[in-house]
Amino acid sequence: MIFAESGLAAETGWFLEHAFLIPIIPAVAFALIIFFGKKMPMKGSEIGLASMAASCVLAMGVAYQWIQRVNSVGGHETEGEASLGGAFRSIGRAFRFVSAEGGEEGASHVAAYVEPVIRKVVWWQSDGIEIGLGQHIDGLAVMMLLLVAFISTLVQIFSLEYLRGDRRYTHFFAALTLFSAGMLTMVLAENMVQLILGWEIMGLCSFMLIGHWWEEKANSTAALKAFLTVRVGDIGLLVGTGVIFFGASAYAQKQGSNGFSIQMINEWALSGTGTHSVLLWGSVALFIACIGKSGQFPLHTWLPDAMAGPTPVSSLLHSSTMVVAGVFLVARLYPLFHTGLEINVGGQQFNLIAVIGGITILIAAVLAFVQNDIKKVLAYSTVSQLGYMMMGLGVGAWTPAVFHIFTHAFFKCCLFLCAGSVSHSGSHHSFDMKKDMGGLARKMPITATCWIVSTLALCGVPFFSGFFSKDEIIDYAHHNGYNVFFIVGLIGAFMTTAYMTRATYLTFFGKARGAAAGEHHDDAHGLDHGVHDAHAVDVTPPDPLPDNEHMPALAMAHGAHDAHGADDPHGADHGPHESPKLITVPLVILAVLALVAGYVNAAPFKIHKFTDWVEPSLDGVRFPKLDHAKFEWIKAAPSIVLVALGFIVSLGLCKALYGSKKTALQGITKRVAPLRWGYNFLWNKYYLDALYENVIVRFVSGPLARAAYWINQNVLDRTVNEAGIGARKLGGWIYRNIDQRVVDATVNASGAAAQGSGSALQPTSSGKVNQYGALLFGAAAIGALVLVIVNT
Amino acid sequence: MLINQFLLLAAVLFCIGVYGVIVRKNAVMVLMSVELILNSVNLNLLAFALLHGGPDGHTFALYVIAVAAAEVGVGLGLVLLVFRNKRSIALDELSEMKG
Amino acid sequence: MLSYIVAEALVAQNIAFGIIALVMVFGALRVVTANNVVHAALYLVCVLGGAAAQYLLVYAEFVAVTQVLVYVGAVMVLFLFGVMLTRAKIGAEGDLNNNNAKIGVPVALLMLTAMSIALINGFEDQKLPGPDEAKRIAIIDVSDNIFGPYLLPFWALSFVLLVAVIGAIVLARKD
Repeated sequence: MIFAESGLAAETGWFLEHAFLIPIIPAVAFALIIFFGKKMPMKGSEIGLASMAASCVLAMGVAYQWIQRVNSVGGHETEGEASLGGAFRSIGRAFRFVSAEGGEEGASHVAAYVEPVIRKVVWWQSDGIEIGLGQHIDGLAVMMLLLVAFISTLVQIFSLEYLRGDRRYTHFFAALTLFSAGMLTMVLAENMVQLILGWEIMGLCSFMLIGHWWEEKANSTAALKAFLTVRVGDIGLLVGTGVIFFGASAYAQKQGSNGFSIQMINEWALSGTGTHSVLLWGSVALFIACIGKSGQFPLHTWLPDAMAGPTPVSSLLHSSTMVVAGVFLVARLYPLFHTGLEINVGGQQFNLIAVIGGITILIAAVLAFVQNDIKKVLAYSTVSQLGYMMMGLGVGAWTPAVFHIFTHAFFKCCLFLCAGSVSHSGSHHSFDMKKDMGGLARKMPITATCWIVSTLALCGVPFFSGFFSKDEIIDYAHHNGYNVFFIVGLIGAFMTTAYMTRATYLTFFGKARGAAAGEHHDDAHGLDHGVHDAHAVDVTPPDPLPDNEHMPALAMAHGAHDAHGADDPHGADHGPHESPKLITVPLVILAVLALVAGYVNAAPFKIHKFTDWVEPSLDGVRFPKLDHAKFEWIKAAPSIVLVALGFIVSLGLCKALYGSKKTALQGITKRVAPLRWGYNFLWNKYYLDALYENVIVRFVSGPLARAAYWINQNVLDRTVNEAGIGARKLGGWIYRNIDQRVVDATVNASGAAAQGSGSALQPTSSGKVNQYGALLFGAAAIGALVLVIVNT
Repeated sequence: MLINQFLLLAAVLFCIGVYGVIVRKNAVMVLMSVELILNSVNLNLLAFALLHGGPDGHTFALYVIAVAAAEVGVGLGLVLLVFRNKRSIALDELSEMKG
Repeated sequence: MLSYIVAEALVAQNIAFGIIALVMVFGALRVVTANNVVHAALYLVCVLGGAAAQYLLVYAEFVAVTQVLVYVGAVMVLFLFGVMLTRAKIGAEGDLNNNNAKIGVPVALLMLTAMSIALINGFEDQKLPGPDEAKRIAIIDVSDNIFGPYLLPFWALSFVLLVAVIGAIVLARKD
């Protein structure tokens, strides 16, 4: 095994050295928007957009210079292929269905180590520990920076049109900009403290943005639920950081750093000096945080409810960027997790990350089938895809998982923005597929096309970007011996295709219903609704068939409306139509990326640009020695077959259930008892929410809180009160006996003495001349007598 | 003659004068007692003048007489003023400076 | 001293001195104990006269005469004027003494004791020069002394007298 340490100095540049500016610009913009936004002509959105564009440009500069740096170090197998011509040659070679020239992806060649660009400024030190803020720019950071900056820019452009006239337009952009600043901080964090800082800023912004229309109780409840659920996970983050800090301290201090530094933690994890239990429990604790943030089972319940926020928020935070923070954390500290949870060690079949990821894939995919709200379908899809990413990390497929973050961001963001476009211009601010959508493909062609392209990418159809990322994960699962998760991945692919087909059919095809047909709900004008799937656990599912009676109560409870404070720009209207340019242009950009972004790492065509640029050197010192699986078309066949199968089955069922012709399948879940029970179980989200809300939360806020209060009042407070009472009694005793009797008496006595002596001396100044004379002569007489006696 | 005769006589007169200053209520009486004192002083001066044989004692005795005259003049003027304001010159009653 | 009194007491001057001294002391005592202010004034005249006589015994004739002229002649008249101008009633009044006898007597006696001890210890038997040895001071010697060495006190004194006159006038004005 060649241990390729390059002797060349790695090339660096202005952008790499100053990458810390990327989060600073949005942070400053946030402050500017808060202070000056309302007075600006575009209400502050121009500041936000300008800052994100600037960050995007800087991120592109960083990416370019990073690629130069990687190339300058050398030792990367596709060095000669750094040109477009080389890329095309690779594509041509790939159309042989057997990879005759094996070996490029073999494990025998270890890429050279590219030193990350680390800079740090110390902002606090205590007891010899220096806490700093800085940047740790390596491939992963570069990818995330570019991703976040780019997607944030597109979403802000989208929001310009989408939220026009909103009641808190300026604050929305402020929160969005702050979120970007937070995530960018986290992504290039040099140490755990900075990472936690960025993490928490993101959590705060998520709360602010989900509850953007907090006037409706359901929105603020959803925001709280999101924040608190993630917070439960954050306990793990703090505990984990602490455990790791103490574990890595000894190792780190020998190198002049401290146990918070990410580079030090990674090296320490692989150095063999860490005790197994510290590594294990540190990893478990940190992973709990990832469960919360990335919506893994069992803390996934907040993500669907987070759809109460405006669609740009859902597309930016809760699909592409914030929710991948957990995945990012695992990827960033992968040496720690890899060693602590013994991933890939000797035929391991299960580990915590893979199991959680796998469960998440399945449960979320199943739930996506029973949603009527288009955003909820996408939300569960996001949860499921996050499960894929986690599972990928769990089976040792680091690069595919990270690449899936990359591609997933584009197509999921595009899907959400398409949903927003549909609601904005097609279904009159409704997100209910069953009630207000249908047949929109003809009326909104651009949106429909972008949606379909992104759906194909999501499902993993060959030659779209998702194929190159998701199927790699499944391939690696099989390659590394995790057979159960291989099966799980395949089932997930099947289900993904099925529910997305359902969603596509209900939204864009078939007969137009409700608002899509040009009808307006009476309650959709003038009133602000921010109500999205109200939080109450509703046991009775609604009628799966659309019906033409409008039931305003049900519509309010289950219908999904975006709030519009101002007049509806569509005025007195003309049915669904395509959205304005400010909305469609980001859609098209993202759809194009959903199509082509995968080709940066297209294994069938032997393109490994992404791997070269992002994957760290697999030298076992700074990053575990991972295996690469070779791509073969024959290995990808099962998933392709399942995708096709999913499409066909789902299309058939859709036509049967939702089509205009009455078939025997319609209403089946109401008639057949087991199906009805199954449907109810799914409708109530496996009763997890009921468990969390009614059992756990009620227990804590009720009996547990009362018990704690009792202890506080009667035990803790009693001690304090007794101390206080004792002090008061002591004080009283001292007052009476010492202060008044002794001290005051002394003082009074001195006063009395003065007064007494004064009174005694008063007669000498009586004003009587005789007396003065008497005193004078008397004194003289005495003086004379004394003198006489003394002198004789 | 012994010098002590004159000196003792002067001492006695002096002490009687002092007693008078202390004891007398009437302001004029007090002034009279002061005259006694001054006279005793004069006697002393002249006795010493005889003893030492120079004119200094006489000179000073004359000065003392002159001063005593001036003093009595002013003193009685004051007493008159006090009487005019207070209708009484009993020193017991004149205790405005009491403090 | 006792032996002197016994041996030489019969010299005429001593007898004269003794009588005049007794009169003076008696007069002085009556000044401070009389109940009638006018009586007290007259007793003071007695004392002053006795003093003048004593001055003669020490060969200070000029001073004796001046004493009579100034003290008895002017000062006492002034006193009597003062008495008259400040009295509400004529005749004996109540007690002219205040309550200070308790202090006055001890103080006076104390003083007397002190002075006596000092004098007797100091000048035990020192004799004054007799008529033969005594240097007679003429007026011209006195005036040479006044206008010679002691000119400044003389001027001061004249100033004092002037001030006293003006002061007395100012004080006694009826404004």
